[in-house]
Amino acid sequence: MKLKGLFSTAIAMATGLIVLVGYFIGAPVLVNLRITILNWVIILAAVAVFIGLFNLLAVHADKIRNKKKGGFFSLMLVLFMLITLLLGLWLRPDHPAMSLIFNAVQLPVETSLMAMLVVTLTYASIRLLHRRYNLFSVIFLATALLILLGSAPLPFIGSVPILSDMIRPFIAQVLAAAGARGILIGVALGALTTGLRVLFGAERPYGGSNPPSGGK
Amino acid sequence: MNWIGLAGSGFVILSAILMASLAFLRRKSTPVFREIPAFDRLQKAIGLAVEEGSRLHISLGRAGLTTPQCAAELAGLEMLRRVAELTSASDRPPVATSGDGAVAILSQVALQASDQAVLSTGYDVTAARLTGLTPFSYAAGTLPVMHDEEVSANLLMGNFDIEVALLTAAADRSSPAGREGSVSLAASDNLPAQAIIYASAQDPLIGEELFAAGAYIKARPFHSASLIVQDILRWLVVIAILAGAILKLAGLL
Repeated sequence: MKLKGLFSTAIAMATGLIVLVGYFIGAPVLVNLRITILNWVIILAAVAVFIGLFNLLAVHADKIRNKKKGGFFSLMLVLFMLITLLLGLWLRPDHPAMSLIFNAVQLPVETSLMAMLVVTLTYASIRLLHRRYNLFSVIFLATALLILLGSAPLPFIGSVPILSDMIRPFIAQVLAAAGARGILIGVALGALTTGLRVLFGAERPYGGSNPPSGGK
Repeated sequence: MNWIGLAGSGFVILSAILMASLAFLRRKSTPVFREIPAFDRLQKAIGLAVEEGSRLHISLGRAGLTTPQCAAELAGLEMLRRVAELTSASDRPPVATSGDGAVAILSQVALQASDQAVLSTGYDVTAARLTGLTPFSYAAGTLPVMHDEEVSANLLMGNFDIEVALLTAAADRSSPAGREGSVSLAASDNLPAQAIIYASAQDPLIGEELFAAGAYIKARPFHSASLIVQDILRWLVVIAILAGAILKLAGLL
């Protein structure tokens, strides 16, 4: 087990370093190696999706077998998943019937869920002050209202003077854009250090025991 | 190599050297972090979940490991592993949901590793689940987990987009604010999702706090070193931006 962990750590570190170095140094050997590794990763990711579908099937089959809450919906899910899979294999994905399934079932369901977001977000905004009553929450809500008022023209009046042509662009293009850039730089630095921890083998999401803890 | 490649590789090498040196120098010292109340509440929620026999739900988002957003998924997986280790004595292991096949497999690995660490044989293969491959099918598949599986705390850690609003609303109902041991912690690397999380989650984490989460739960030398490296790099970026602006104003750039 320990050997397996060491082996997977060595492979992860080596492939990670090859891809990273191949990205910065344009030597043909490294670039070719990087492209080959990335192609393998794409194939493995596709296989992982297929394994994930078996996992989905196993979870819902367990719900049906043990008569858990929502078992009927699980049965429907398994049934229609298998029907869609068989139809896709038989007719091929580019067949009009497959497009119909996507456009008549999947798309409206996802659009309805997206429409629900309006209600969810409005309710969340109303509850924000109840949840966290502080200066930042007040500023957050005031900014959201100013942007909404500045974006939507009022009936009979049209766009609100000053708010639409001065305040809204200033908030959206100067304050919000600058804040967003600062947050994105922080996220990028966090992503960089997370990647380095994986390269050093300090984080092993692929298995094997992690190095010992520090003081905390 | 062009100058951008040179600067990029220099930045990565500098970060790697700093992280390795700091991890070595600070390997025996107790790390000290700035206080984030959400993590204190999470520590209590983990302890209470073990006592009560309730479950923790970790939602890992829906980005794939081959996308630029995979760092958020790795941070979520690390959090899952820590939480699974801390709750390994519980009768009910945490449940992990994700929207990508490879992440679902890795979450299985994380849960299995923590189970093997306590030599338990009761690993539940349905504890790590792929709930949907598109944003809203992922959200729709995750909602029943929050409602039906006696979840006392929800941790949404990974790459989410606007669909996170549905998840935070559901998390609010399954682990309401004010109830003892109830936590609804959310973080994403996506900006619109962060705005939604700030408005709708009980315990929002903004920006790079997502990547610091693992260290707050159970710190290892490399984690505390990486947080210091992030701070050093942030100062370097600030200096570079200020220097660039001054040089531009002076007409030298």
